[in-house]
Amino acid sequence: MIELIKNTKIDFMGQKKYAFIISGLFSLLGLFAIVQIGLGHANLGVDFAGGTAVQIKFAGTVVLHEVRLALEAGGLKDFDLQDLPTENKILIRVKKQEEKLGGSSEKITGILSQKFSDKRPVVDSTTEIGPKVGSRLRQDAFWAITVSIIGILAYVAFRFQLRFGIGATIATAHDVLAVLGIFYLLGKEINLILLSALLTVAGYSLTDTVVVFDRIRENIKRLVKEPIESVINISINEVLSRTIITSLTVFLSALALFLFGGEVIHDFALAMLLGVTIGTYSSIFVASPVVVLVGKYERNKK
Amino acid sequence: MKKGIFFRVILIALTVIVAAIFFLPNTPLFQGMPEWWKKNMPAKGIVLGLDLQGGLHLVFEVEGEKAIDTATDRIASSLNGVFERKKIKATAKREGLFVIVTPAGADVKKAVDDTYQILTLQETKDALRYTVSDKEKQRIKDTATDQVLEIIRNRIDQFGVAEPTIHRQGEHEIVVQLPGIKDPKRAVEVIGKTAQLEFKIVDDLSPVAAELPATVLPGEETQLLEKLKDRIPEGTEILFQRSVNKETGVVTKRPIALKKETLLSGDLLTEARVNIDQRFSEPYVSITFNSIGAKIFEDITGQNVKKRLAIILDGNVYSAPSIQEKIAGGNAQITGSFSMEEAKDLAIVLRAGALPAPVKTIQNVTVGPSLGRDSIEAGKMAGLIGTALVVIFMLFYYRLSGVVADFALLLNIVLLLGAMASLNATLTMPGIAGIILAIGMAVDSNVLMFERMREEIRAGKTPRAAVEGGYKKAFWTIFDSHVTTLITAAVLFQFGTGPIKGFAVTLSLGVAINLFTALIGTKTVFDIIQSKKEVKRLSI
Repeated sequence: MIELIKNTKIDFMGQKKYAFIISGLFSLLGLFAIVQIGLGHANLGVDFAGGTAVQIKFAGTVVLHEVRLALEAGGLKDFDLQDLPTENKILIRVKKQEEKLGGSSEKITGILSQKFSDKRPVVDSTTEIGPKVGSRLRQDAFWAITVSIIGILAYVAFRFQLRFGIGATIATAHDVLAVLGIFYLLGKEINLILLSALLTVAGYSLTDTVVVFDRIRENIKRLVKEPIESVINISINEVLSRTIITSLTVFLSALALFLFGGEVIHDFALAMLLGVTIGTYSSIFVASPVVVLVGKYERNKK
Repeated sequence: MKKGIFFRVILIALTVIVAAIFFLPNTPLFQGMPEWWKKNMPAKGIVLGLDLQGGLHLVFEVEGEKAIDTATDRIASSLNGVFERKKIKATAKREGLFVIVTPAGADVKKAVDDTYQILTLQETKDALRYTVSDKEKQRIKDTATDQVLEIIRNRIDQFGVAEPTIHRQGEHEIVVQLPGIKDPKRAVEVIGKTAQLEFKIVDDLSPVAAELPATVLPGEETQLLEKLKDRIPEGTEILFQRSVNKETGVVTKRPIALKKETLLSGDLLTEARVNIDQRFSEPYVSITFNSIGAKIFEDITGQNVKKRLAIILDGNVYSAPSIQEKIAGGNAQITGSFSMEEAKDLAIVLRAGALPAPVKTIQNVTVGPSLGRDSIEAGKMAGLIGTALVVIFMLFYYRLSGVVADFALLLNIVLLLGAMASLNATLTMPGIAGIILAIGMAVDSNVLMFERMREEIRAGKTPRAAVEGGYKKAFWTIFDSHVTTLITAAVLFQFGTGPIKGFAVTLSLGVAINLFTALIGTKTVFDIIQSKKEVKRLSI
């Protein structure tokens, strides 16, 4: 029998002070990112912000600065450039909202195919989103997050006690906020793909939490005389290896996506990697302590 | 062997065979199958999304307000006809969304009320002010959207696109998906053009005609119209004719004064074809009117000999030839230095008919074919490596039991692909990510069970009891953890667009199939191993 983790007796609940500080910081970072997104200071993708994105592939290397100069000389305004140097690709985003779609992308392809004709530019993709669609996608995103949080809370509260539901929801929200916050810090684009990654992280981080809760529930019945903190400690130690191994297998497949899955899915895979890691941490250090806190609060009220 | 095991083996084998049959069209093997197979067995398989095969995803918004304008216009002019017939001294005209009828009198009001029940009276001082009722407005917009959908479908058919998807979304939006299209810009133009063809008489004698400059540059049109605003007489309008200098390529716009009245419009067309002018070898579009249109055309040309007749498409003058003589037969030509493609596209839109209301592009996503190919290659690579990593890890960590888990994993992949193929689900790039994540999650259930079994063994149980106990105790954990993933997948499916829906589909199918392979698949293998003889030690 190969065992990564054997008969541990780590005092997880004793670490909760540090865990709350770290997790508090993560959550604040995520909340800050949400505020910045709301104020329009974040790197919002064109699907949410509206505007135009054009990705162009060249046959050889191009200098980003030259592309910028060419576009500026051609009269293009308010644009961002980003390059994928390994693939000779350049992404141009114009965040100006256009009443009539199509103007910017035509201008960009026109200018670049003229100025860089020797590099044989090919349009990989163009995305043009009108203001109305952008705001609708933002709305959909909001509802998707709200409905899934309610769904998760309801299910866990139904299967477990309410305090477990609260613990699971806080842990899940923490994971989503942390990944969002890290993406914001890294200046990554906040778009629909990231949103679906975040919801997947939410669903998956819950899997971990449920595994821990399941054992706690079982042990509460078995170890009636023990205080709740030590029941939780025992439970976490018992399921530590499976918590880590289940995360590890998903981590491995997300890693393959991150390294080999190509540019389209790169950020998605990064969000999954971060999410799985943080989700494992939070199922141990956030979800269970919250259950204890809520339990104490309930007892005090009585 | 226990009877139950036998049935489960059959069940697993059957599902694998069915899955393979459904997935076959996605493999090169399908081409090699005999004819009867191709005819009678599933032939579609998994469909590639636009992001993987390249193509165009468009969303148009139908500007229904314009259809209401047109309807209001029609009501005003038909009311005037009613007044004339009934010998009532009153006139109706459209102002914005209103039909204004003057003077306000009881007999006038009765005449209007008898003719139209769909009007709402807004105010009665010295004039009757009507609008189209809200319900009727809704109906007009609705009909306009339906008609636009039909006409767009017609145009796309004539344009020649394999397997287009065209459907209505919400109240006034139309979604068009054109996979594998080569010239997206041209397609957008053909689909989105209003194509309102009108014939009007050029009014060279209008006082404002003398003040018009010969040409203006593109973009200066509104400026000119603003300048002349007060001097354009009622009944005259100024439109522009675009011309390109063949040598320099400079585009200019020539202003032309026209009589406002539309004498003939494109709805009376029966045919539009591309022809080549013999002398200049330039393409032009020849149009044929139906009998009513032909009669009107004959009258117009007869009454306006020596004057110029402007042919106008969507408010732009294409040509304005002089009428030499009365033209019978209902044939006309639209010239205007077209390229062959432009002429072809114009013929398509004229044949398919004008849109009853203009459309606005509100979303346009174009993916080139090379990006899609790269994505598929990268997805395959990541899938293979991801699977290999997980398979090796399970073998290393759980030994012989790892083989069982890996068997379940492969079963999972086969069934997932088969299920997607049977639903003709659309595979998108996020969908590929969903499959790869499902591979990672597929072994989760096994890990949960194996860890439970190890605990049972440590507690001193026999291998058989350990397997039974492991399954029984892990079941609810597995169930709970899968349901939570399904909840978020369902939400994503509900709120997601194209590519993300694809992700939700693969993820939720993956999770559901995972329950089957973990609870039936691997359990059966363990049962088979233990049915022969009492296993002394479980390799786990």
